[in-house]
Amino acid sequence: MNTETVEIPEDLQPYWMQLNCGFARVGLVFPDCMREALATLSKDGVEAYIENARFLGKMGRGAEPILIFLEEWPAVAKVLGEEVLPAVMDFVRKMTRSPNSKAITPFLQSLPTAARRLQSPQQFNDYLSIVQDFMERTTGSVHGIHQTFPSPGLPEFFKQVPVLLSQLSLGGLKNWVEYGVRYYHDHPERQIEYFSLQSADARAVMQRERQGTLLVDAERKLGMYLRGLWQDEDHLVPYSEVFDELRKPMPYFDSLGIRLPDAYDDEHGISGVDRYRAALAHMAAHRRWTKPVVADNISPFQRMAVEFFEDTRVEYLAMKEYPGLRKLFKALHPTPIEDACDPDKQSAVRHRLAMVSRAMLDPTCSYRNPDVCEIVARFRKMMAEGDSSTTEMVDLAISFIARTRRQADLSPDVYFDNTEIGYRDDNRHMWVFIEEGDEEDVFDKPEAPPQEEIKGLPPRHYPEWDYNSQSYRPDWVSVYEGLHPSGNAADIERLLTKHAALAKRLKKMLDLLKPQDKVRIRYQEEGSELDLDVAIRSLIDYKSGAQPDPRINMSHRNDGRNIAVMLLLDLSESLNEKVQGSGQTILELSQEAVSLLGWAVDKLGDPFAIAGFHSNTRHDVRYLHIKGYSEPWGDEVKGRLAAMEAGYSTRMGAAMRHAGHYLEKQQADKKLMLILTDGEPADIDSKDGRLLIEDARQAVKELDREGIYAYCINLDPKADEYVADIFGKQYTIVDKVEQLPVKLPELFISLTK
Amino acid sequence: MNNIDQYKVHKEPFYQAQSDEVALYEAAYAARLPVMVKGPTGCGKSRFIEYMAWKLNKPLITVACNEDMTASDLVGRYLLDANGTRWLDGPLTTAARIGAICYLDEIVEARQDTTVVIHPLTDHRRTLPLDKKGELIEAHPDFQLVISYNPGYQSLMKDLKQSTKQRFVGFDFDYPAASVEAEILSKETGIETELSAKLVKIGHAARNLKGHGLDEGISTRLLVYAATLIKSGVEAKAACRMALVRPITDDADIRDTLDHAIEATFA
Repeated sequence: MNTETVEIPEDLQPYWMQLNCGFARVGLVFPDCMREALATLSKDGVEAYIENARFLGKMGRGAEPILIFLEEWPAVAKVLGEEVLPAVMDFVRKMTRSPNSKAITPFLQSLPTAARRLQSPQQFNDYLSIVQDFMERTTGSVHGIHQTFPSPGLPEFFKQVPVLLSQLSLGGLKNWVEYGVRYYHDHPERQIEYFSLQSADARAVMQRERQGTLLVDAERKLGMYLRGLWQDEDHLVPYSEVFDELRKPMPYFDSLGIRLPDAYDDEHGISGVDRYRAALAHMAAHRRWTKPVVADNISPFQRMAVEFFEDTRVEYLAMKEYPGLRKLFKALHPTPIEDACDPDKQSAVRHRLAMVSRAMLDPTCSYRNPDVCEIVARFRKMMAEGDSSTTEMVDLAISFIARTRRQADLSPDVYFDNTEIGYRDDNRHMWVFIEEGDEEDVFDKPEAPPQEEIKGLPPRHYPEWDYNSQSYRPDWVSVYEGLHPSGNAADIERLLTKHAALAKRLKKMLDLLKPQDKVRIRYQEEGSELDLDVAIRSLIDYKSGAQPDPRINMSHRNDGRNIAVMLLLDLSESLNEKVQGSGQTILELSQEAVSLLGWAVDKLGDPFAIAGFHSNTRHDVRYLHIKGYSEPWGDEVKGRLAAMEAGYSTRMGAAMRHAGHYLEKQQADKKLMLILTDGEPADIDSKDGRLLIEDARQAVKELDREGIYAYCINLDPKADEYVADIFGKQYTIVDKVEQLPVKLPELFISLTK
Repeated sequence: MNNIDQYKVHKEPFYQAQSDEVALYEAAYAARLPVMVKGPTGCGKSRFIEYMAWKLNKPLITVACNEDMTASDLVGRYLLDANGTRWLDGPLTTAARIGAICYLDEIVEARQDTTVVIHPLTDHRRTLPLDKKGELIEAHPDFQLVISYNPGYQSLMKDLKQSTKQRFVGFDFDYPAASVEAEILSKETGIETELSAKLVKIGHAARNLKGHGLDEGISTRLLVYAATLIKSGVEAKAACRMALVRPITDDADIRDTLDHAIEATFA
């Protein structure tokens, strides 16, 4: 293309020559960009500007990079200073040398937003190093040295930078990137989904890293606030403000719960949690004082006014109840500037109403507008007389709208500044509409189609511990829970008769363990009661000059057992192996052992549950009930035990967490979880063998915090390598598996003695 | 005997009747029926009994029950002295001898086998056998037994036996209605009615949280403490935090919520 075709003003010619760019599109914008650059950049800065633009133009990536650079750089340099340019260009050069040059354009495009968000050159350099690290780690290489495949996520990432930086601090961004790089390293499609913020994971992790007060963290506090101060309760449901660009969602409530933003930053000196409280107070006040009105005869403007007035009324009443709320509302309610908009040119309805609302809330506010003053005075008078009502507000609002109507109100140019009141809800609860059919006499509802019966319970999600990052992967594992299929109870009876001799021996041990409740302890120096026999003997000794025994009191001790037990069986494929030297499989031996244990615990009367588990990737962990705490040790339970089958893998941590949540609810002094397994935790979707071991170890720690004692009975002769890592000292390895039926009940008895 | 005098209530305790409980108690006393009073902590149970003892002009012997208390702590025991053993009456025995009102506070705290010793005193027999001493005490005609307990923290372990429960007539106490409670605060401590209404409001906020992390709401007694502190010149919010919030919870979320309730109430 010929440079002569674009007209460059005389004074800019030298720069243009230096730029030496052939793209016609560049020529069109060059004069404007250059003038801005000359105005903002230093002399050296201009030099570098041209030089680097020239480089971008000659890079062979089309006109896009140089265009963006020319347009955006002056603004970026204004925020961050010119000295960050070398770092930026270094990074661009790195990208050109790697297969990632496609990402250059998105990167340059993201610069202005990044600069605006990060403000300081220091922060910006940190940002660049995060990005660079990201690029290097996700760029694929075939033989380890040469990078051959571009990073799939990088271009997507740059497109999301504005959203990310608006929500996350730099530290949060780093963690978010880290997470994506680690888990989707070898999965290009998933990586793209993650970095384009499409996958659920990406959003969940972003949620976790958000700045400000998260609703999930404050939920309990807010629930208490609602209950304590407003005698109200409801579900608090978060919504995200991040993903709706066009229409910002507002707080609201309906029959399904109260919706609040997922996070609030501190604002106007009000902490995030207090902003939540303000929003809740507003909605609780609506729920207490607002009566819905019919909307059909009210125009949209009137409706808006009614909402403003009613909002103000309930807040007024709320402040009467809790005067401290005034501080919150005053800080969060915008203060429209009286003469900020011209009511003859712009639609100023919102502006007027916001002024009214402000003036009603804040008596110190001094607006001169006579209409505003008059309506505020009327409002105050009404409120002084009592609680007033929604219908009175409707009348007041309609008269206000009628009085202040202007030609320009219908103009599409609506004045919005300082009129949006963020903590107020959208008032959907305030209106009822008379719909077609409402006034008819016939109320034949169409018959609802019969709903399909739900089979099984919905999955429960548990986090999984990742030792690499020392953090949980949120909701990583899905546990499906169900009843174990039933078999023939007589099989178990037969097993028990087979072990009759052993059972007899166990019974003797059990009798010794049986609780005896109150036991008298005699010969105590300090005790609750005088033991008369001993006391008199001592007295006689004393009188006869011998040394008396001072231990003349006695007391009582409670000797009860209060243990809840959970037996968790690993039902993975490996149980089907035959045990050397006996014709039985491990599964059959476990079955015998569990039957005996079940029988023994039933004799003792401790609350007791049995469940089995196996897993087939993190998406499908099965948790099978064999016996519940309230179920008797009867045929039904024995039937399930008889039908025990093995298959799939061992994702132990999730199963332990799930079993733990049942055991946790038991009321007992001691809680014991026995885990019977024949190998290390493993699953087919986990390549790193350490991962599930570390997760199980973490699960043991969690259980310990809940006061649950986890104990492992391991049938794997090679278990020494890992079992201590998971359970510390709380394990036994049964080398001779054929002895399991003897060992297991004995072990239980010795554990609970 | 001068001994009786020490158990008398000499000065009229302030008690604000909530309904007809004073008349009902007088009727029960006239028939010498054993009485139980139930209600949450600090709602005025003990104050009521004290007031009634004053009104009836009878001595009052109060026993705070606890888990380590044994039957001999109530009835009496042999002690050793230089010449041998000596019998010492327990509070229940003393009350039965001198004709006092014996008030067993928080009876469920005592073990169930301990509480059985009151049985012969609480039916038509009105006797107390001292088996170790070999004596049978006929209760004085003025003697009456009163027990109190708090059904709030009744666990499975801590409950009265039916055979014990069914020997008493009962009064159910609760925190007074907001206006009455505010009046109590004002009369007890002399603070402004407006201020006591605010204190009561905070109390209600906490009582709404009962069962949701709080075992028991803020009692009238604690409200009186707060009012006393404020009366003595402590800044209101600080007094509330100190008297109303810190004692009842260690839970950070609840503490925060109640602190906010204080902020919201005292603007």
